Amino acid sequence: MNQTTEHYAIEARNLRVYYGDFLAVRDVNLKIAQNKITAIIGPSGCGKSTVLRAFNRMNELVPTARTEGEVLYHGKNIYDPDVDPVEVRRRIGMVFQKPNPFPKSIYENVAWGARINGYQGDMDQLVEESLRGAALWDEVKDKLHQSGLSLSGGQQQRLCIARAIAVQPEIILMDEPASALDPIATLKIEELMRHLAQNYTIIVVTHNMQQAGRVSDYTAFFNLGEGRAGVLEEFGPTEKIFTNPEKQSTEDYISGRFG
Amino acid sequence: MTREVLDQKIRENFDDVLALGSMVEQAILKSVEALKQRDLEAAKALYEADQDINAKRFEVENKAMVAIATQQPLARDLRILASVIDVVSELERMGDYAKGIARITLRLGHEPPIKPLIDIPKMAELTADMLHRALTAFVEGDTEAAYAIPKEDDMVDDLYNQVYRELLTFMISDPKTIDRATLLLWAAHNLERTADRVTNICERTIFIVTGELTELDTSDDESQAKGT
Repeated sequence: MNQTTEHYAIEARNLRVYYGDFLAVRDVNLKIAQNKITAIIGPSGCGKSTVLRAFNRMNELVPTARTEGEVLYHGKNIYDPDVDPVEVRRRIGMVFQKPNPFPKSIYENVAWGARINGYQGDMDQLVEESLRGAALWDEVKDKLHQSGLSLSGGQQQRLCIARAIAVQPEIILMDEPASALDPIATLKIEELMRHLAQNYTIIVVTHNMQQAGRVSDYTAFFNLGEGRAGVLEEFGPTEKIFTNPEKQSTEDYISGRFG
Repeated sequence: MTREVLDQKIRENFDDVLALGSMVEQAILKSVEALKQRDLEAAKALYEADQDINAKRFEVENKAMVAIATQQPLARDLRILASVIDVVSELERMGDYAKGIARITLRLGHEPPIKPLIDIPKMAELTADMLHRALTAFVEGDTEAAYAIPKEDDMVDDLYNQVYRELLTFMISDPKTIDRATLLLWAAHNLERTADRVTNICERTIFIVTGELTELDTSDDESQAKGT
């Protein structure tokens, strides 16, 4: 995989994120390839989730958070004053660690986001397509009006993925999407991610090294740098990072020598 | 440190490779000694020794597989375990070559010797010594030695070519020696192949350290060694 020939979906340039006075992430430069899965790995507290949330301005929901540098999306810095964060989050969706369906029906979980975004098309069709896209349709098609909370954990997570894709984003951010799931449900999510990558760009934070290895095309290894600020230590094709990384610190981390 | 179990398993794997290597080294030397001394009992014993070599190979391979399955090694750790599986298979084949020499001894039986054996035992000593140092380099990750040892393969090839020429002379001058000379040529050929396989072990050492799978050039090409 030669990244220079690929298109980029989004790019961080000299990205810094502060929480109050604390510099959480220092000078991240990272280009995310389009229609690929990029995994972000690294020890706890190295800023993986902070970086992920910087890609759709989710950090702004934390009162003390402050972002410097740029995140370029279609050539535009998403932090420019004239950019609407709600629109950013529609086009760059997010799936969280713990499945968090709304306490509504399965149908409404998917339809709701589209409706408030002013979707005018055939809602039944959109719900079906989104549930199919999330590999959940066959399991729920006969009970669309039951509560989303009645589903199993793995199904709830796929419902959240269906909800995320219903608003037709380009990029899906996933923060430990399978860490609360059993191994079979985890494999289903991973399989779904590979499938989704045909139409979406995915950035996934994971603590599970084997998962990063199985699912991603590129891997970004973050580590704790000076002053405990997270830094991007190494980035490259997943095959390379997992078999023969450039840096000793990357090798030490993926081999379980720290972290 | 957070990964004592994996480190321990890798150490055990290396110890096992050295133990298997030592069995093979002994088999090479003993097989040629039995050929030289026409010691049929010793040759028969090598058949049993080969069973032990095969069993040990499967044992080490299995341990490496279990370590991969249970510890999920990556990067250098993974290269080590993958290489261990490859190296024990090379060693097992070397053991088969030694058994082949024992078989030749049994086939030669009590027929009169063509000549006292000089060069074939020299080949065996050189090969066993190369093997010993190649395995030390393997467990120590010594790339300098791993690059240097395959070059010594030339000496083994030179001896092999010498044996070949000499045996050919016997066959031409006295066709009654053809059967015995051919068997001796096979024995020499087995040693020549064994030394070639030492190069494969050295390639694994370089792979472990650098992550690069490279073919180490020995001036020995199959085409250059006679009769291969």
